[in-house]
Amino acid sequence: MKDNNKVFWKGVEELGNSPEFVKNAQNEFPEFLPVKSSSAEGTDRRDFLKLLGFSVAAVSLAACEAPVKKAIPYLNKPEEIEPGIANYYASTYVDGGEYCSVLVKTREGRPIKIEGNKLSNVTKGGTNARVQASVLSLYDTARIQGPLIKGKPATWEQLDKQVADQLSIVGGTAGEIRIVSQTILSPTTKKAIEQFKAKYPSTQHIQYDSNSSYGILKANEISFGKAVIPSYDFSKASVIVGFGADFLGTWISPIEYVSQYAETRRLSKTKKTMSQHFQFETALSLTGSNADYRQPIKPSQEGLFVAELYNRIAAAKLGTTSIKNDTLDKAAKALLKASNRGKSLVVSGSNDVNVQLLVNEINKELGNYGSTISLATPSYQKQGNDEAMNTLINDVVAGKVKAIIFYGANPVFDHARGAELAKALPSVGLSISFADRADETASLAKFVAPDHHYLEAWGDAEPKAGSYSLGQPAISPIFKTRAAQESLLSWSGDTTSYYAYLKSNWESSILAGASWDRALQDGVFEVATVSGIDTSISNFDRSSVEAGISKAYNANASGIELKLYEKIGVGTGSQANNPWLQELPDPISKATWDNYVAISAAYAEKLSLAQGDIVTVKADKGGYSIDLPVLVQPGQAPGTVSIAIGYGRTNAGKCGDNVGQNAYPFARFVDGFVSNTAIVSITPKGGDKYQIAQTQTHQTLMARPIIQDATLEEYINNPAAGRFIPKISTPDGKKAPALVDIWKDQHHQPNHLWSMSIDLNTCLGCGACVIACQAENNVPVVGKREVLNAREMHWIRIDRYYSSDAEPKETGKYFTNDKEGIGYGTLEIPSENPQVTFQPMMCQHCNHAPCETVCPVAATTHSSEGLNQMTYNRCIGTRYCANNCPYKVRRFNWFKYFDNEEAFDKNVAMNTSLGRMVLNPDVTVRSRGVMEKCSFCVQKIQEGKLKAKKEKRHIVDGEVTTACAAACATGAILFGDLRDVEGKVYQERHVNNEERTYTVLEELNVQPNVTYLTKIRNISNA
Amino acid sequence: MQVTSSVRPPLVTNGKTKKDVTNDICKQVEGAPSTAWKISFAMALITLFYGGYCLWTTWYMGIGMWGLNKTIGWSWDITNFVWWVGIGHAGTLISAVLLLFRQKWRTSINRAAEAMTIFAVICAATFIIAHMGRPWVGHWVLPLPNNNGSLWQNFNSALMWDVFAISTYFTVSLVFWYVGLIPDFATIRERATGIRRVIYGALSMNWDGSAKTWSRYEAVSLVLAGVSTPLVLSVHTIVSMDFATSLIPGWHTTIFPPYFVAGAIFSGFAMVLTLMLVTRVVFKLEDYITINHIESMNKIIVLTGSIVGIAYITEFFIAWYSGVPYEKYAFINRAFGPYWWAYASMMTCNVISPQLFWFRKVRTSILWTFILSIVVNIGMWFERFVIICTSLHRDFLPSSWSYFSPTLYDVGDYLFTFGLFFTCFLLFAKYFPVINMAEVKTIIDSSSEKK
Repeated sequence: MKDNNKVFWKGVEELGNSPEFVKNAQNEFPEFLPVKSSSAEGTDRRDFLKLLGFSVAAVSLAACEAPVKKAIPYLNKPEEIEPGIANYYASTYVDGGEYCSVLVKTREGRPIKIEGNKLSNVTKGGTNARVQASVLSLYDTARIQGPLIKGKPATWEQLDKQVADQLSIVGGTAGEIRIVSQTILSPTTKKAIEQFKAKYPSTQHIQYDSNSSYGILKANEISFGKAVIPSYDFSKASVIVGFGADFLGTWISPIEYVSQYAETRRLSKTKKTMSQHFQFETALSLTGSNADYRQPIKPSQEGLFVAELYNRIAAAKLGTTSIKNDTLDKAAKALLKASNRGKSLVVSGSNDVNVQLLVNEINKELGNYGSTISLATPSYQKQGNDEAMNTLINDVVAGKVKAIIFYGANPVFDHARGAELAKALPSVGLSISFADRADETASLAKFVAPDHHYLEAWGDAEPKAGSYSLGQPAISPIFKTRAAQESLLSWSGDTTSYYAYLKSNWESSILAGASWDRALQDGVFEVATVSGIDTSISNFDRSSVEAGISKAYNANASGIELKLYEKIGVGTGSQANNPWLQELPDPISKATWDNYVAISAAYAEKLSLAQGDIVTVKADKGGYSIDLPVLVQPGQAPGTVSIAIGYGRTNAGKCGDNVGQNAYPFARFVDGFVSNTAIVSITPKGGDKYQIAQTQTHQTLMARPIIQDATLEEYINNPAAGRFIPKISTPDGKKAPALVDIWKDQHHQPNHLWSMSIDLNTCLGCGACVIACQAENNVPVVGKREVLNAREMHWIRIDRYYSSDAEPKETGKYFTNDKEGIGYGTLEIPSENPQVTFQPMMCQHCNHAPCETVCPVAATTHSSEGLNQMTYNRCIGTRYCANNCPYKVRRFNWFKYFDNEEAFDKNVAMNTSLGRMVLNPDVTVRSRGVMEKCSFCVQKIQEGKLKAKKEKRHIVDGEVTTACAAACATGAILFGDLRDVEGKVYQERHVNNEERTYTVLEELNVQPNVTYLTKIRNISNA
Repeated sequence: MQVTSSVRPPLVTNGKTKKDVTNDICKQVEGAPSTAWKISFAMALITLFYGGYCLWTTWYMGIGMWGLNKTIGWSWDITNFVWWVGIGHAGTLISAVLLLFRQKWRTSINRAAEAMTIFAVICAATFIIAHMGRPWVGHWVLPLPNNNGSLWQNFNSALMWDVFAISTYFTVSLVFWYVGLIPDFATIRERATGIRRVIYGALSMNWDGSAKTWSRYEAVSLVLAGVSTPLVLSVHTIVSMDFATSLIPGWHTTIFPPYFVAGAIFSGFAMVLTLMLVTRVVFKLEDYITINHIESMNKIIVLTGSIVGIAYITEFFIAWYSGVPYEKYAFINRAFGPYWWAYASMMTCNVISPQLFWFRKVRTSILWTFILSIVVNIGMWFERFVIICTSLHRDFLPSSWSYFSPTLYDVGDYLFTFGLFFTCFLLFAKYFPVINMAEVKTIIDSSSEKK
């Protein structure tokens, strides 16, 4: 600046600097306005017109209302908030025993997205659908906005006073006080409860789990003297045998297990081994659908199968009914293979202690303790005690309990004996719930002291011994809620804030001198644990187990057996009011917004049932009955039906209420353990068919090479096994499609070519990516009616295909069916126990995109970085692009989904002022009548590019990723720049797995930027 | 002086003179509307208003009012569009191609056929607008100078070609039709008084009937006929390219242009017959639109119907011969899949039913012709539905396969175009001369029946 000595004049007048100029220089208009003074000569015509024009313009301008801008700038900008720049805070997602270490993305103080925390050794940066969706639950309008006394809003002072008074009366007379919760992972919360118990010694803390694992706890107590869940390491297992344990979906710690499991399924040029997975189960679960061998079994046979496996492995035999089963033979053979010793894992989801004792013995015989199973770092993710909970309900019914506090628990809904509890609860003198909404239990409680949402609260967790996790608020409480721990502390006379309490607890008993700030920043704090359990000695009473198994199981049981299971989306029902989860297609059935009676096709035919028939399912004991529609589910064991728990909420909110029916009451108590099975009768109700909203209604591949698969053996012999390599006949002979092109390549991507590689071996189909994409890209929820109309808006979907008996048995042979005289009709019928394949499908960003050429207004175009771009505000909505998309990934805005609560009240993220806070400000909310689709998270690409540009460097591989790739716990989706030869995508596609790489519909030569790796199954054709 | 051929059957029967022609045709324009006309017009208006309500709701709420879904982006909308465009074809063919080929029999029917063309194209155009998600920015398909920066149309898109094809077609058809009307307007003007004289005078553009004017009229007609003739081929060729240039199995077919043109003429002639059979009775024009006209048109129907039938069979052959499994499946699915009934309707109505016209008795029967003309148009509607909907509903990835069921608004928006079409046609029939008097008079000497 100092060199700039030039002087500029306003005009020659300034240069001349005449006195007259100086006099007028200060005026806004130094010269006279060209309006003549009216006093002198009167207004002439020109001035009149000027004045007239001005007046008209002024009047009409004044009549226009200026738009009211509601954006209020920060009066004092917080130091850490930069408008437009996201802040990430490490925190901890906890819902009962479910745990995930997360990073919370906030924009302008609002949490808008959850990412996994890579620093955690438990979840390793993975997430699942429920974790991803939890950010929307923060902005749930059904949340209670402040404390309630007998259903009426009150102040915290009033509530505290009344509660303290009543507690002192109950405590003074040593009346029984109970705190009922789901599994509590938080050591500090437990400490607060202990403090409460110290103040009121008649207090007992009861933990239960909606989906109980008490059988494992009890079995380990019997075997090893400690009631814990061991820590499993699937990554070290070469052979995995599961008995009804959906460990990839809902069992204990799925986020942890999926990444371990995926490691054993990953293949590359340098690693040509993979685990072999056997699954014995009733309903087709996510885990079963990923298994190499899957055997449908009835719940009444489960114990016998485990006993048979035990008999094949252990020297001493049980005298149970022997089972002849091919899959079991194969499993036993694989487990007994010498090279697999200590490298296998047998797990069971059964809540029968005898079965779990057998599983412990099998694992011990196989030498798995200390390698794939560790009791040194037990998992605390299931601590529920079925017996204690049962006793509690007995006590409440008997009127013994004088005060009851529900913390993170809704047993009226999610416990088998909820109805009894509901009846008895009003007679309990003092009942308090910490629920965030007036749920089934809280609505019966006298006091509701609403707890924060986890994103508003301080919290901690210890999911596994030695692995600690911290949660910090990412937003100040939206409503007048208070941390439950703080409530407990204040009622026990301690007025410290929970933050101070938590921090001092960590500093005194966890951190051991380590930095609090560091732990808070990382979100996790891990210490090495030493307290192991000697697993060489174990108690095993063979005769009692034998008696128990023989009594409980029967190889030839008659009667329809019901199996209750948890769905990936809705889970136990705690987040039932989250429309993202309700609309997440179930990975297996692809159904949304409902639960149903799953039944195999053959068995349905036997019972004269068809899809959509409404049936009454009635328990043979207890007489509980519900009406549900039938869904024909391949893979369901014959003689059984399955119903998902978590549905049928009545007090969840507008999205969760009256969706499906409550199946919890079907659960039975067997020797004090909750058993998720029952014998039921099924009677068709007749009447109209019920429509189940499935996002995929055609189930099979039709022998098309969309999924290309091979067996491990074939793959080892030929890495390109199973590949379909199309050739196009030309006058010059057969050529690869890419070589047959009438145009010269129009697109050049000199700098970046954004690409994706998806490994069908490690994609387990969980759907976390679907919700992550929905949250990142403001994808609307359309509701059940519109899903039925096949108009769901998800940008990424997981296609699920069942194999058909009509398909060629040889891998790599496609389209051969019609030559063999098998009609297409046969191909459309899935096998009774099919092989299942998942395929994430989103915009393939074709380099020769068929959508781009057909748009009349060039609203969808190709970028110089290989992206197929959608310009919403240019789109006129002809839908030609969607028609011409061979992958059918384009989504049309059939209606106005935002600001349209009347028609789309379930789309809370766009139709309530609270819900709108979750919207990602970087992504346009699309208007009615325009097309939309996956953008490869272009906003994230742009952000990464800008950051690199500011720092004057190239983008580093992994710096930019899409929401789906980031959410994937198994790393099945890789995203990056193909121009970066060191990058993950290039390496995967051209180095590690070149032969397995294929594009879907290669023969069309649309040249997608998304490639897939063939699915390899560890099965033998023999 | 009458010099009628003794070999050819007369085109105008009952010994009509030129004066009779004027009287018979102007009578309808000059007289009060008949009861039949009034009832028809009221029904057309009711249909128009009901359909208008449905269309308005569709525009107000969104395309979601229709039964479309993520897989099936077009169904009734584009089916109706192609159907209406196809119907329009007969007008051009009759007025242009037959004029060039000096087919005298066209003179009695070309006016109504051209009017039908124009109204049908208007109806088709409503679907172009209606099917857009954002019709209020529909003008973006026009290459108009704009201030949207570098944004311009995508001339690769077949929809863009449609815009040019349809707008050219409409403009040329309108001009051709209007030019033909001018001498007749002048005739009416000469017979009218008062305000009617002024209006028809204006419409006739001061036609003076001089030899020079007639000469120019003839020249313009010939030039326009020359311009229109390629349009007969081009318009439906381009419409068919909406499908043929895509990659959806069942759409991606090189046979589409000729097959669509034949189909369009097929359906257009059927529609002309439907309308003319009613008009000749209502307006007592049996002497001008004779059984010979009907028979000639039926011959064209049996010809084009057979072309269409061969095209259907060829498609199947090519699907098999191509060796492309997706193609094969698309055609097997067409015939035996969930929409088999649509395919069966199409085959029955389009391929089998017109074959009845091989029988002279059938093709000279008014009743049979009337029934079959409607059957043919039902069949042609199903043809478009089969092509559009059954190809889309099961394409490449089975995961996305779905099914389309129409809603009340699909039906309502189709009804709207019926209402619009018949309202326009009835107004035309009442206030405009439905038969080209000037041209019919030119054939009275040579081709009318002797008294």
